[in-house]
Amino acid sequence: MNAIISISRRSFIIGAASTAGGLSLGFNVPFIKPALAETAETAPEINAWVVIRPDDTVVIRIARSEMGQGTLTGLAQLVAEELNCDWSKVTTEYPSPAQNLARDRVWGNFSTGGSRGIRESQEYVRIGGAVAREMLIAAAAAEWGVPASECTARMGMVTHAASDRATFYGQLAAAAARMTPPANVTLKDPKDWTIAGKPLPRLDTADKLNGSQVYGVDLKLPNMLNAAIRACPYFGGKVESFDAAAVAGMPGVRTVVQVDETAVAVVADTWWRAKTALDALPIVWDEGPNRQVTSASIAAMLEEGLGANDAFIGATQGDAGAALSAAGRTVTATYAFPYQNHATMEPMNATALYTPERCEVWVPTQNGEASLAAAAEAAGLPVQQCEVHKIHLGGGFGRRGNFQDYVRQAVGIAKQVPGTPVKLMWSREEDMLHGAYHPTTRCRLTGALDADGNLTALHMRISGQSILAAVRPEGMQNGMDPVVFQGLVLAGTEGTLGYTVDNLLVDHAMRNPPIPPGFWRGVNLNQNALYVECFMDELAHAAGVDPLAFRRKLMANHPKHLAVLEAVAERIGWDTPPAAGVHRGLAQIMGFGSYVAAAAEVSVTDGQLRIHRIVAATDPGHVVNPAQVERQVEGSFVYGLSACIYGECTVNGGRMEQENFDSYEVLRMAEMPEVETIILPSGGFWGGVGEPTIAVAAPAVLNAIFAATGKRIRTLPLKNHDLA
Amino acid sequence: MARMIINGTPRDIEVDPDTPLLWVIREQIGLTGTKYGCGVAACGACTIHIDGVATRSCVLPVSAVEPDQQITTIEGLSPDSSHPVQQAWLALDVPQCGYCQAGMIMAAAGLLMQNPNPADEDINAEITNICRCGTYNRVRAAIKLAAKGGEATQRG
Repeated sequence: MNAIISISRRSFIIGAASTAGGLSLGFNVPFIKPALAETAETAPEINAWVVIRPDDTVVIRIARSEMGQGTLTGLAQLVAEELNCDWSKVTTEYPSPAQNLARDRVWGNFSTGGSRGIRESQEYVRIGGAVAREMLIAAAAAEWGVPASECTARMGMVTHAASDRATFYGQLAAAAARMTPPANVTLKDPKDWTIAGKPLPRLDTADKLNGSQVYGVDLKLPNMLNAAIRACPYFGGKVESFDAAAVAGMPGVRTVVQVDETAVAVVADTWWRAKTALDALPIVWDEGPNRQVTSASIAAMLEEGLGANDAFIGATQGDAGAALSAAGRTVTATYAFPYQNHATMEPMNATALYTPERCEVWVPTQNGEASLAAAAEAAGLPVQQCEVHKIHLGGGFGRRGNFQDYVRQAVGIAKQVPGTPVKLMWSREEDMLHGAYHPTTRCRLTGALDADGNLTALHMRISGQSILAAVRPEGMQNGMDPVVFQGLVLAGTEGTLGYTVDNLLVDHAMRNPPIPPGFWRGVNLNQNALYVECFMDELAHAAGVDPLAFRRKLMANHPKHLAVLEAVAERIGWDTPPAAGVHRGLAQIMGFGSYVAAAAEVSVTDGQLRIHRIVAATDPGHVVNPAQVERQVEGSFVYGLSACIYGECTVNGGRMEQENFDSYEVLRMAEMPEVETIILPSGGFWGGVGEPTIAVAAPAVLNAIFAATGKRIRTLPLKNHDLA
Repeated sequence: MARMIINGTPRDIEVDPDTPLLWVIREQIGLTGTKYGCGVAACGACTIHIDGVATRSCVLPVSAVEPDQQITTIEGLSPDSSHPVQQAWLALDVPQCGYCQAGMIMAAAGLLMQNPNPADEDINAEITNICRCGTYNRVRAAIKLAAKGGEATQRG
């Protein structure tokens, strides 16, 4: 990432010069002017996506954020593919959100979530590359006085074979920038790709090996101060009072400020001193209206919803109620999915510089435009007087998209020390206590089996929290949250149920506890896949039918769902017995536009679970970088199994109980299974990759645990269950 | 005043003796490759070497470090990313978001110094750093690759 590399290249250390309290502080000084200005001064912009320098370096603009998922490399591959440039000369940079606004959103949507980074922008970035290629060809043709149709572009060079002439892109760029862009370009057939579709190494690895990658928490600006913050830990509570004088004389402390109604921050020369003073600061909280809320009270609220009369209907076919009433045999089970924290490794942070005329923010963000809007709102300035500098993210997982609470806080602090940049970083405890939590839901499933063991009716009643109702109410449809039904609907391209059930009802009793919910990698597909895929296993067991055979009978109309399921079954050897003591489970789902499946091999010895092997298959339609797809699939098991085995934020007294990784455990190396990834791009559509596979991790493993132990785990996480 | 040797350079630092070494490194020396992840030595993002031993620096008071002890951070592991562990990491394109990777690399380099040819069980026991993106299997493979490289170098 050119912009960010520039930060580190321009780094310098101000030696022992004393700034505050005899401390010697180093500064990483990034350019204050917008990132693109630097490029524009030195090299012509062919179009919004492509800048080519005289030395043939190709700078590709990337609007989506890089947070580890590899989109930066994938999007650059797509542009480079159409540009016919030399991949070894490619570098990247982020346009800024303010530049996007000023140029009529020429770079489209900055939001990086919902596994949309590639699939939603692939067409216009490819067009961007193709248009730039045609302009380079036109420039060469004009210079040589030959028809453009006789020229070819390849490996960063335009050639006119008839006259044996060739020129590198770097020499053509200035003239190409003045050419009229062609109105129409033809994109390559993916089967002809030579850069896209290949497992190329990431463009952003080198700086991550030696400490030079700058994350938000690493930012240094001249005269910068550091802030530590504490918001009211009780949901819905606020600050009643605090005694700033008690810490005013502590080393390094500059000021103690209230931030909106809910938080108090200490500003000091270093973060450690700010945090030390904050720990000593007497704060009295107005604990708000939710002190009686506990995990048990939330569970009771959701249980009531399981039997409620009123519910929003997400999918319906035939008459499930009548069919279940008339059925000879029904099976019923209730599942539950707890709150989860994103727990990105880099805690939430933002750096803000405020003056009455201008506000600038440096922030690791999944949505630069949302950051800009939040900064402008918090600053009370027109958006044109604000700027956001995007920084590589130390993990996002949905926490850094919609929710810009840390940006608002940073600006709120900076307003109280105008003219001085302030870096706000949350402690891990603050991060755990103020999440945008994966919502909690429960699901009661009732299925009817006929005498031959066929599923004739299914009712899934989901009860629980809506994300949209809390964070994006404009997405609600007549009071219904359509996203609640991810993977369970009967039509559309985002995620349809892979089973045909003659009598089907999927409905949702919305029950919203006073806990802030958020988009957590995989979103609602996570629990929906758990519910439907574990229950399919229960039904198969009740019917006395092999779980794969049972599913297959319902999947005749869903060939893509079936293809990934059969791929994992075949690779794991479903038709042959596993090793002694090893047991298998399966799961499949469609979500974020892709079809995914997993098969797990586990053993349970004296109650101790061991996951030996995972086979995963994914059909995302097209694949831009198979190595990055593999990493996303493999990483999905780290995220999904962390949730399955450990993930649980519990509420007591109106606040979260878990405050750090010692009480919120996650999967570590010793528990990580081998993961084999099968990529089956069937073409004809573009699906996402970062999220869908998470959803099959837990059900595949839980179904294997049932095969191993006969125990049906219906409430996550596993750590609360005795498998012995 | 504390005297310490960081990446081979002696430094005199004005500091409260209770300050964790992590924050001295990040905020006073200005080396930000070493990361804060939890502050309770649970995640390993802050791993550095003290006299070659991988150590979590977020709970270690600076006063606990002797003036003659050698502190090595990710920036000092090699001058040019040429340490066998860094080279193995590059070969296998290990990092995703990368935030935990400095700690991972320092933990891996520490392990290989103690145990040049670790078995899976050794890796499981010693590399307990948290990665949320999911690099564990490539971390394991890269440690084994670095171990092989180290052997070859010794033979050569």
